[in-house]
Amino acid sequence: MLLAACGCASDSGGGVSSVRMAAIRSHGQLICGVDGQVAGFSSVAADGRYQGFDVDVCRAVAAALLGSGDKVDFRNVTATQRFPAVASGEIDLLSRNSTVTLGRDAPGGNAMSFAPVVFHDGVGVMVPVASGITSLAGVAGKPICLLSGATTEQALTDALRQINLTYVPLKFSTIDEMFGAYQQGRCAAVSIDRSALAAQRTTFANPAAHRILPAVLSKEPLAPATVQSDPAWADAVRWIVYALFEAEEQGITQANVAARLAEAKANPKLAERRRLLGVEGNLGSQLGLPDDFVVKVISAVGNYGEIYRRNVGEASPLNISRGPNRLWKEGGLLIAPPFR
Amino acid sequence: MNGTPWWRDRRVLPWLLQAGVGLAVLVVVAWLMTNLVRNLSAAGLLLSWRWLGQPAGFDLSETLLPFNASMSYGRALLAGLLNTLRVIVFALVGSSLLGLLVGMAAFSRNGLLRGLARVYVELVRNVPLLLQLLFWYFVVFLALPDGAAALGWPALVLAKSGLYIAGFADGRWQLPQLLASGWQAPVHLSVEFAALLTGLITYIGAFIAEVVRGGIASVPAGQWEAASSLGLHGAAILRHIVLPQALRVIVPGLTNQYISLAKASSLALACGFTDLYSVAETTLNQTGRAVEVVLVLLAAYLAIDLLISAAMNGLNRLVQVRER
Repeated sequence: MLLAACGCASDSGGGVSSVRMAAIRSHGQLICGVDGQVAGFSSVAADGRYQGFDVDVCRAVAAALLGSGDKVDFRNVTATQRFPAVASGEIDLLSRNSTVTLGRDAPGGNAMSFAPVVFHDGVGVMVPVASGITSLAGVAGKPICLLSGATTEQALTDALRQINLTYVPLKFSTIDEMFGAYQQGRCAAVSIDRSALAAQRTTFANPAAHRILPAVLSKEPLAPATVQSDPAWADAVRWIVYALFEAEEQGITQANVAARLAEAKANPKLAERRRLLGVEGNLGSQLGLPDDFVVKVISAVGNYGEIYRRNVGEASPLNISRGPNRLWKEGGLLIAPPFR
Repeated sequence: MNGTPWWRDRRVLPWLLQAGVGLAVLVVVAWLMTNLVRNLSAAGLLLSWRWLGQPAGFDLSETLLPFNASMSYGRALLAGLLNTLRVIVFALVGSSLLGLLVGMAAFSRNGLLRGLARVYVELVRNVPLLLQLLFWYFVVFLALPDGAAALGWPALVLAKSGLYIAGFADGRWQLPQLLASGWQAPVHLSVEFAALLTGLITYIGAFIAEVVRGGIASVPAGQWEAASSLGLHGAAILRHIVLPQALRVIVPGLTNQYISLAKASSLALACGFTDLYSVAETTLNQTGRAVEVVLVLLAAYLAIDLLISAAMNGLNRLVQVRER
């Protein structure tokens, strides 16, 4: 362990010491916890490869650390397993549409360290169109299918208590079981993050027969998480995610990253881009990453906009509009602090 | 007094040996505990039980104990425990009856009945319980029709939303009724409960059937022959001669099955039933107190199993032959 830690410090410079990063380098693979069952976010494609929004975040981190987006060992974790799996070190990174909450972040709670929010979501409710339910009040007293241990449970209870309504919660341990029971007609409604509702609806035989109610019951900022006891590792993940935002802001895409890098090398006046791409300065080394980590990340998965578009945006069956998940310059909530 | 040195004294040696083993076990346990406490405190997660009194903030369906989201985690866990006990008690009775019948059917003179009993046992005990629960819930119970199309006899209605059974309510006998909001009846079991119960009863029933069959087979053939030479017929032989003797062999085997039933009930979440495990899972997620919640779970299942074990050991003493 000690030897590996020293090896890490010498090949990445900067003198950053992180037990976790050293372990990942010596293992040669990033162990990334994902859900594995949510279309668009993390699912297994026909060829056996993992794909999706959460999966691309894993690949981005692997690319920055190990130089290739394929050096990832994906592990499916349930909503209940996920935080203990991070805390025990079984997985290096959790990228599983997890909502940031105080309890999960606090040292006295789950003691996670959250990266920046990658997807701003909210709990929604879906009902069959045939039921004629058009508002939240319509589900009062009826059974609602829920995912056990998700923040959904509390959000829904809070929202219904506020308008003095009760419901019958039916809890399941996996998304597939939950939607299975809903499709069989056991529940009048199903409730989870709106992105997951939209994602799962695309897998139904007749998506048009199901309506997502307009009510947004809570804010659900979804973010990757790492263990709190390794701040250097958490910082690296944080800035890899910021790099995805920053690359979109600077118009650097998977297709043009090589050309932009060449331009930056040739033109000393492009200081901002030169720092981002590691042509000048040592921003990467300060994090314990290669100086050109942003180039590696963008070559592997593209910038935030591309990841979004490919997995959950217009280029995907989910077709969720960017909404709050636009850059700050376009009126959205995504912002990366300066790369300086 | 005598010349035997203590290291060869047969009165001392066994004690020393036992004390040594006992000490070793204690040291290992103490080491594990200090390791746990040291690592937990390093991670800032020292055991704390204050969360038990905090409001849970989630709802539970079908509890025996009145419960709402403003009540404490402790009460939620208690409500879950009661639901678990409810499943265990019903499944225990059901699987015993089923197992007894199927076990006896293995000795039937009717070949069809014997064959059916065999097929049932082999089919059910060789398929994982989790798959069976998913089958009962998703394929059988959720495929039931609802509303007016529900299967039913006047006193019992089987619908997708649950089992409705006639009973006394408001001081009079009431049958299930179809109202605008759905079926109403004095006794209502959810399909989740029904699916879990059916799954557990059929699964454990198959194992109990084998225990019963083994018990009956252990009674020497001479006992059957002697009984029939006295003029007793099949059912009477089984009831008065064979089963009382078979019980001595059956009861210890039953204890195992009952204990595994209690543990298997924790698969309830697969068919959406709110048992202790399901409540604990939500609690763990919301509080982040993984170690404490798991300790509560361990203690609860251990207590249930020890209780079953103690009761069965008592029963075992009753059915054994008293030799004088």
